[in-house]
Amino acid sequence: MTAFTDETRARAREIIARYPADRSRSALLPLLHLVQAEEGYVSPAGVAFCAEVLGLNKAQVGAVASFYTMYKRRPTGDWLVSVCTNTMCDVLGGQKVYDTLAEHLGVGHDETTADGKITLEHAECLAACDYGPVMTVNYDYFDGVDPQTAVDLVDELRAGGRPTPSRGARLCTLKEMSIQLAGFADEREGAVADGVPGEPTLRGLRLAQQHGISAPGFDPNAPIRSGQAGDKPAPATPAKAAPTGSTAPDVPAPDRKSPQVRTAETRQPDAKTAVPDAPGTRVPTGGTPPTPRDAQAAEAAGAAANKPAGDAKPAGDDAEAQKRNLSEAESTAIGSANDKGAKK
Amino acid sequence: MTTPRPETLAKLTPVLTKRWLSPDAWRIGTYEKLDGYAALRKAFKAHPDDLIQLIKDSGLRGRGGAGFPTGLKWGFIPQGDGKPHYLVVNADEGEPGTCKDLPLMTHDPHSLVEGVIIASYAIRANRAYIYIRGEAVHAARRLRNAVNEAYAKGYLGRNILGSGFDLDLVVHSGAGAYICGEETALLDSLEGFRGQPRLRPPFPATHGLYASPTVVNNVGTIASVPYIVLGGADWWKSMGTEKSSGPMIYSLSGRVVNPGQYECGLGITLRELIELAGGMQPGHSLKFWTPGGSSTPLLTAEHLDVPLDFEEVAAAGSILGTTATQIFSDQDCPVYATYRWLEFYHHESCGKCTPCREGNYWMVRVYRRILAGQGTHEDLDTLLDTCDNILGRSFCGLGDGATSSVTSSLKYFKQDYLDYIEGRTAPRLSDKQLVGAH
Repeated sequence: MTAFTDETRARAREIIARYPADRSRSALLPLLHLVQAEEGYVSPAGVAFCAEVLGLNKAQVGAVASFYTMYKRRPTGDWLVSVCTNTMCDVLGGQKVYDTLAEHLGVGHDETTADGKITLEHAECLAACDYGPVMTVNYDYFDGVDPQTAVDLVDELRAGGRPTPSRGARLCTLKEMSIQLAGFADEREGAVADGVPGEPTLRGLRLAQQHGISAPGFDPNAPIRSGQAGDKPAPATPAKAAPTGSTAPDVPAPDRKSPQVRTAETRQPDAKTAVPDAPGTRVPTGGTPPTPRDAQAAEAAGAAANKPAGDAKPAGDDAEAQKRNLSEAESTAIGSANDKGAKK
Repeated sequence: MTTPRPETLAKLTPVLTKRWLSPDAWRIGTYEKLDGYAALRKAFKAHPDDLIQLIKDSGLRGRGGAGFPTGLKWGFIPQGDGKPHYLVVNADEGEPGTCKDLPLMTHDPHSLVEGVIIASYAIRANRAYIYIRGEAVHAARRLRNAVNEAYAKGYLGRNILGSGFDLDLVVHSGAGAYICGEETALLDSLEGFRGQPRLRPPFPATHGLYASPTVVNNVGTIASVPYIVLGGADWWKSMGTEKSSGPMIYSLSGRVVNPGQYECGLGITLRELIELAGGMQPGHSLKFWTPGGSSTPLLTAEHLDVPLDFEEVAAAGSILGTTATQIFSDQDCPVYATYRWLEFYHHESCGKCTPCREGNYWMVRVYRRILAGQGTHEDLDTLLDTCDNILGRSFCGLGDGATSSVTSSLKYFKQDYLDYIEGRTAPRLSDKQLVGAH
């Protein structure tokens, strides 16, 4: 159904294996990063892929993907340039940097340049206020920027260069970064070691060092239990609750409920009502709950009955569907007219 | 720049930050040479209940903003209930102004990993997650590397150091949603849903991740644990104040000469912090500041001597929060600053509850109108009225936090608002930006 590579499929299995066997939905966020790594954005095919491997339906996946800013809905450039325009950076000049870049690149927020190289966005606090104003390229920091350094930076990126971030690792493309976001190690030689702490990060420490100040010393043998004759001995086999291989279920499900039903019950542990977010269209409150696979069958049936929307048209708003609705309405009208006639 | 006085310098207490000066402290070999994993070995010799008691005795309070007593939180986990327990570390740092957890995870990731193992042992969790902000890519690189190193050395996995204790640790990257820093929204996100907060009760202590008992702690909280285990509760309490014990990383940003991270005992004042940071920038004098990120009410120059601990900041009408002090001067406009923060809350509101979703949307528009010179006196009442309807009526703290800067800036700087409304201050925004219903 989708064109995702075998490597992506293998990685998807690896991601799912990180979470308890009956909690595979936890893998959804990393899986969305994974499909973004292959396509540069979360495409309808990417949503379908996540739905397929997790046994969810596409609406469930789409609802999650559309909630988070980092999942892009349209193809992106190799370089995602984010300029912080939150209060502190704005006050220090971040808004000017953003405005200058927008004009220089000829794009607005969340738009990509015509050459497909750069996607620009303004960001809300990049958690580096002591370095403001800051911007990031594929989430690695460039500190204390001004309009000119920012323009030089994007020009270098467009010319094929890879400027060195102020503190992070050497740059990689957004697709390469998305692999890391999906939870895989940065495999580039030495990338983890890249970057030295900036001066603001170390300022308090340097001051203490220069003046010979340190925190009070401690005795590493200080008793854990103070004022007692001795510590309680550690139990022989402490805290062994369940087997924990990465694929082992944390606990045998006592009632074989689907993860969705269980999660919904988390929010209302005592509720006996049906769960609208559970897979399938109907959720029996007693008897056998639907398995995740039912969601796909239900979705396939729904998709067959409702043609997907065309360009910019709401679903079902095509001539054929309207004709069908009309004929259905007519036959109902005729039926009720006949009823009336019979009564006469 | 002036040199700080010796008595002010003496307030520096580098504990959590002390390894940042060692360039390779993120590698396990270097970390082990610097007391690394010594606390874990010590902790395994103790009973888990004793560790919970130790953290209670230390008075450690959550470093993520709320300041909840950590030992108490751990003690709420029901033991012997047959359910799996979970430890989730909240590394979704995103509160505007806050920048302390990212450097910690980048330069000393093993202290967090070691804290996770000790905390998991104490609450009997065999699985732990670190939910790290998606954008924090370099911190995540180092953290993932640290977790892999810890597995390779036998600090994670099965039968850790022969103790019989098993732990799996997963570093889970978020995807750009500030709301996921709220603990129940974080849990929903970790379960693969939209990050929206849950109704409480039930609390995560009994119904957290996967409906099981869960402790959610901030990075700074968990990274403090190995030090407390090594040094003991009394040593920890020798720093800070009676009710707010221990050291805290204060993040200074804005109009000071040397913005940055300063780790001091809780209870230092802003006057002292500014002195450590080399004073205000030339030509700037302090006008307003946040004690702990943008969700905490603004304070002013008259609060320079308020001890920055949980109690005293609350008594001054604000919240200690994340100790992210953003410092603004007489050249910065509190009305504009508040507007930019509201844009943030409007963008980050998850949309679950009406007061926060609609309130922030409309307040942004009122601010644009005021800043474009078209505001009315009635707008100020509208803002306060809207805040009344958001504060305490929102589903989670995001809505409450959004009102902080509005109400506090109106309290201290009403004249600045009136100057825009009555035309004494030139409009900051062009009226072209006022499209649609304003």
